[in-house]
Amino acid sequence: MKRLLGAALVATMLTGTAHAAEVKIGFVTTLTTGGAVIGNDIKKGVDLAMEHIGGKMGDLDVNLIFADDGFKPEIGKQATDKLVKQDDVDFVAGYIWSHVLMASRKSVLDAGKFLITANAGPGPVAGKLCHKNFFSSSWQNDQTPMAMGEVLNQNGVKSLYIIAPNYAAGKGMVAGVKRTFKGEVMGTDMTAWPTQLDFSAELAKAKASGAEGLFVFYPGKAGGAFMKQYQQAGLKDSLPLYTTFTVDALSLPKFQAAEFTDVLGSQFTQQWDPTLDNPQNKRFVADFRAKYGSYPSFYAAQAYDSIFLIKSAVEGVNGDLTDMDGMRAAMEAETYPSVRGPYTYGNNHMPIQNFYLREVVTDADGNWTTKIVQTVYEAHQDTYASECSLN
Amino acid sequence: MPKLTRNGWVTLIAMATLAVLPPLLLWSGQPFYMDLASRLVVLAIAAVSLNLILGFGGLVSFGHAAFIGLGAYAVGIPAYHATWGGFELVASYNGLFHLALAIGVSALYALITGAISLRTSGVYFIMITMAFGQMAFFLFQSLDVYNGDDGLTIDIRSELPLINLDDPLQLFILSYLSLAAAMILVKVIVNSRFGMVLQGAKGNNERMVTLGYNTYLYRLVAYVISGTMCGYAGFLLGNFTTFISPDMMHWTRSGELMFMVILGGAATVLGPILGASAFVLLEEFLSSWTTFWHLPFGLMLIGVVLFTRGGLMGLFKGRGR
Amino acid sequence: MDYTLLFVQTLNGLQLGLLLFLVASGLTLVFGILDFVNLAHGSIYMIGAFICASLTLWLGNFLWAVVIALPVTGALGFAVEKLVARRLYEKDHLDHVLGTFGLILVLETGAHLIWGPAGITVPLPAWLDGQVELFDGAVIPSYRLLIIATGLAVAGGLFWLVNYTRLGMLIRAGASNRTMVSALGIDIATLFALVFALGAMMAGLAGMLITPITTASLGMGGQIIITAFVVIIIGGIGSMKGAFIAALIVGIIQTMGRSFLDQGFEFFMSENAAETAAPAVSAMAIYILMAVVLAFRPQGLFPPKVR
Repeated sequence: MKRLLGAALVATMLTGTAHAAEVKIGFVTTLTTGGAVIGNDIKKGVDLAMEHIGGKMGDLDVNLIFADDGFKPEIGKQATDKLVKQDDVDFVAGYIWSHVLMASRKSVLDAGKFLITANAGPGPVAGKLCHKNFFSSSWQNDQTPMAMGEVLNQNGVKSLYIIAPNYAAGKGMVAGVKRTFKGEVMGTDMTAWPTQLDFSAELAKAKASGAEGLFVFYPGKAGGAFMKQYQQAGLKDSLPLYTTFTVDALSLPKFQAAEFTDVLGSQFTQQWDPTLDNPQNKRFVADFRAKYGSYPSFYAAQAYDSIFLIKSAVEGVNGDLTDMDGMRAAMEAETYPSVRGPYTYGNNHMPIQNFYLREVVTDADGNWTTKIVQTVYEAHQDTYASECSLN
Repeated sequence: MPKLTRNGWVTLIAMATLAVLPPLLLWSGQPFYMDLASRLVVLAIAAVSLNLILGFGGLVSFGHAAFIGLGAYAVGIPAYHATWGGFELVASYNGLFHLALAIGVSALYALITGAISLRTSGVYFIMITMAFGQMAFFLFQSLDVYNGDDGLTIDIRSELPLINLDDPLQLFILSYLSLAAAMILVKVIVNSRFGMVLQGAKGNNERMVTLGYNTYLYRLVAYVISGTMCGYAGFLLGNFTTFISPDMMHWTRSGELMFMVILGGAATVLGPILGASAFVLLEEFLSSWTTFWHLPFGLMLIGVVLFTRGGLMGLFKGRGR
Repeated sequence: MDYTLLFVQTLNGLQLGLLLFLVASGLTLVFGILDFVNLAHGSIYMIGAFICASLTLWLGNFLWAVVIALPVTGALGFAVEKLVARRLYEKDHLDHVLGTFGLILVLETGAHLIWGPAGITVPLPAWLDGQVELFDGAVIPSYRLLIIATGLAVAGGLFWLVNYTRLGMLIRAGASNRTMVSALGIDIATLFALVFALGAMMAGLAGMLITPITTASLGMGGQIIITAFVVIIIGGIGSMKGAFIAALIVGIIQTMGRSFLDQGFEFFMSENAAETAAPAVSAMAIYILMAVVLAFRPQGLFPPKVR
């Protein structure tokens, strides 16, 4: 058996890799486990972007390789290592999960390649660990909950109970809300992630605390579970719900199928919405709906943007991929058309952008989707930029 | 011409291939496969250590991954403090210090958990070792300072005299030599009087006790040796991946170690290495073929259990043995 | 002391314990009588949940879906027994572990291929979606009361089955001394298959009951299987009574830990540290309990009498 495998190895060795006239992009996302529901939507966004750019950036063909992180930092790091060492990609993009990004970033940056995050944005990568080759097409984790804290203040909420999962992004969300919320936090429960899906004990505590509002962050399937239990506990009137990254275009169709009407009218903050009025977004949303039959999630929107960001870099140097400084400058200038509208980059290469309050509504065709209620922040910069030594 | 059994020849050829192929791959421009080989070798050391008590001693430890984690954190925690400050007592990049810490902590943990677990037997032993493994997992998961579940990334590998672990080839050579040493050590132990008692106790514990041997003590010593060796593997693994997380100690990882041992052929010297190789290589090649590689992999596991006797080594040995 | 909160949390713990009992009962039966370590039991829990969820969306009624899904899951258990488990009996525990681990991989990936990664959310009929106020301030979702009632009913039914029927007598005899039962001319193969199918149905029922609260999703089996093993070790392998009591203990400890441990910790550590340490320690608590039980009473709290 060992002999057969050895022969296979030698054969793969001999095929080698040819780089002629192409730009190689490695995209790390979640394709297995329950997290794949997000990864699949991201893949749809990326595939649509490839279609819209005709598979080319400038004169170069785009060779896009998807890799699976299995929702675990270790697997994500291995996948990243393979993209960097074996496939020798020019750009590594993707990363849904903060902990996977933290584990993988060194492999990319040490190899002198560009790292583009299309979702995860933990504090350290925007602050102490910022890097000249690191760019974000999404946001910094704290920004979205900070916007939510601001909304709570504006709505006159005086006391809050917080429930969130116990991992990097969860802690970041909690920190973000606590930073801007001016009222009293009655209690915080960090639940086991990703295993705990029964929140009965935490909901009972929240109710007993007498808080005026409940803030939660539960991405993916945990979000569905939580909303279900929230409705079953009948808390909508006594303990209104404020969320980030819990309700999105992926969970709404499921809620609609499950007739979970309590979610209509609920509000959350985000830097993008399908109704934003700019040509790039209109084309993105319309073509996404036409091709896939559903609304794109913000995950897909950010992934779509990341492809155009990379395209601006490649075209900025006329396809000369050895000109790292040129590509960096092109990306820093933020010249590509983003679906969220124009924004700028801070010194830490995190977007300085608007944040909106979105509300769940029913569209003209009867599908559950969202619309913008108000703009919460304009040109908001994350709080970690000052810790970044880049200028 | 040395007199070798058929097993011996197979072992020699396998080890020679393992010594030569990865460096060849590195020099021909495929550094990723060298990395794969290093990982394979380090996991093989862990599997060899488990085989000592599982294959030869009949003690099914379902919490062995804890030792790997402890060894890895013995590298990660000092490196973390050396970079970010705090806990002056352990803050250090010194590889020999890491090594001593890894071996010391693993041995202590093995002594304590072994002393308690070995008072039980059979399925209860399996469960209590699993419980200890999970406790270690939850303990490190709760350590917020070291990022708990999100894991620890180290920027600087252990600094050893003469050897630069940042050079993948040197890391591989160190791991390979360690593996060879581990195999020799296990062979010596197993063929010694100590090893005879251990294997005798596996076959029939009452008989050994009646013969006057304190099998509890023999097993405890074997357990500590096994745990320490596995801790050393953890030291190497932590340096290799530079990413250390509580996940390394989860029961599913202990399960994977057990599978490597059984897959390769328990109670043989080469078995764990074949098992580790098969596991790592299959994982790598199947996953690049399809995202749903767990399906053929699972079927293969079931197949090996149902249709082979003595794992992969059993295939080499031929039928009827 | 907030007695209302304490009461509500006790009910939550009771509900969790009863669901655990449903999973553990099948596991302890299979382990006790067939001497078979079945790691894939959690996967059957997951598949039962998926089958029921699909049927609910298709039929439009959750309760009817459960009624149909139960025998289907039982049949799946029967099939697994015939195809895989049966061949593993004469091998040792180690081979059981390896083989059923492989089975987990197959079933998980199979579920992914059939139902996709997203999981299925299941709607409840309106009369189950409300709340019940038991006394001043103690508001419980009605569905959770239904789970408690179902769990108690099934426990009662199993108790009756094991202690007052011929099948139950055969099961208890098989747990005590398998060879004797076989020597007495009982068709052991069919008995085993029935026990396995019964265990599968119980696990599937637990999965179906939890689905309307959470979702039917991939990986849901992985967590419950380890807790279930801890439960049967504490309770005593092969003992239904042991599984019942141990499951309740574990359910209550886990819930109480999540509810009150962080406040306890805040007495001697910072709020942030308490918030992250408490969930970890309450997770460890049941393992510590198991280790203590194994140290002092290795056969478990209520082992079946063995000849």
